[in-house]
Amino acid sequence: MPSDPHAWLVTVAWRRWLDHVRSEAARHRRERADLDQPPPGPTEQADDTLHLLFLCCHPALTPSSAVALTLRAVGGLTTRQIAEAYLVPETTMGQRISRAKRTMAEEGLSAHETRDLGRVLRVLYLMFNEGYSGEVDLAAEAIRLARELVGRTQDPEADGLLALMLLHHSRRGTRFSTDGSLIALADQDRAQWDAGLIREAVDLLQAALATDRLGEFQIQAAIAALHADAPTADQTDWAQIVGWYDELLTVTDSPVVALNRAVAVGEADGPQAGLRALADVPEGIPRREAAQAFLLERTGATTQAARLYARAAARASSTAERDHLTKQAARLDSPPA
Amino acid sequence: MAKYLLLKHYRRSSGPAPLPGTDLPMDRWTEQEVSDHLRFMDDFAEQLRERGEFVDGQALSPEGTFVRHGGEGRPPVTDGPFAEIKDLIAGWMIIDVENQERAYEAAAELSAAPGPGGEPICEWLEVRPFLTHVPETDA
Repeated sequence: MPSDPHAWLVTVAWRRWLDHVRSEAARHRRERADLDQPPPGPTEQADDTLHLLFLCCHPALTPSSAVALTLRAVGGLTTRQIAEAYLVPETTMGQRISRAKRTMAEEGLSAHETRDLGRVLRVLYLMFNEGYSGEVDLAAEAIRLARELVGRTQDPEADGLLALMLLHHSRRGTRFSTDGSLIALADQDRAQWDAGLIREAVDLLQAALATDRLGEFQIQAAIAALHADAPTADQTDWAQIVGWYDELLTVTDSPVVALNRAVAVGEADGPQAGLRALADVPEGIPRREAAQAFLLERTGATTQAARLYARAAARASSTAERDHLTKQAARLDSPPA
Repeated sequence: MAKYLLLKHYRRSSGPAPLPGTDLPMDRWTEQEVSDHLRFMDDFAEQLRERGEFVDGQALSPEGTFVRHGGEGRPPVTDGPFAEIKDLIAGWMIIDVENQERAYEAAAELSAAPGPGGEPICEWLEVRPFLTHVPETDA
């Protein structure tokens, strides 16, 4: 028993109260600190990724430098992997990337000042179209980055681009035969198209279209989706495709779009209508002669079509395309068996 | 980016039109003129490396021989060299550049390599694009 029980109780109670106040205060501090901190983990990293992506698509860089830098900084690929994908020496790619970094340092602008989603989307689409070689598949990498972007932006064009890339990607296994020759869309084996990717793309696209903020990539995705949707090439809804091309022309006013539209018109309203639409497309547009040859062949003007196929082959920009067009010319030139 | 082959010919007057100023063969230049010319070429390649545009380049011997299949079980048929043909290739360089305009600009720079008297020889260089992959265009 303490000599003064009353004093002892007061002292003990006082100390306990003090302990309580201290621990409360400490807990409160911890809670405040937690509240003030951004949530840990993926969110923080994701913000960095997006920040980097925008930085890599800086307007001071040429589009191809932007792609190389994006693959290095955002994609995390090694310089050697990127060099292999582009079939250039590692030192060349290394210089290209350092040059891009230097340009950005000299420009001295932060990513926030140059937030241009449109440019980022174009760079990703360019990366997708670069194709692939070696151990890095640039198309798959572009899709991966687009997915990151879609998760963190509210722009329907980002969804449109991802949908477009997925739709193209769903067909990639059927675009070339085993010997490397080109297979036209109409002749591709539709059963081999990746139904999972198509479904994902269509869902994305429908959500994007529902926001009623139409853009270039959503329209292109809509066209690709109509192709994907047709059970056979003959059942393609060409009338609707022409409608989307009209829409696309109001957004982009590109002669390449006008050319594609003419081909679609040829399918929807017959080759004569297609040729009339083609008349408005300027000379010298890549693939104009090939399109003209295709439409002429359908009107029965095979000699003229063969000559145009041969001319288009001479101007083709890739080996596969040149071989394909040469075969078309040879097919029409050969005497019937 | 696109790859281009820059072809350098042995006969400096070869090309779409003859250039009388480039007719003096290199073995009749002074040693200094030759080494200046070669240094220019090395510097040019180095600049391309710096810009991340260099892919590959080699000089070729002037002696070329034509070879063809001689039939099953028979040795190859050879002929030549043909010293008089106009397309003897002295060397080549592959560059990977932003666009055709830049490829032409690089070729023009290479064509300005110094010759006799330190004057740019302005030889013709053949620029040929590589045919590569097919872009996605079927939509």
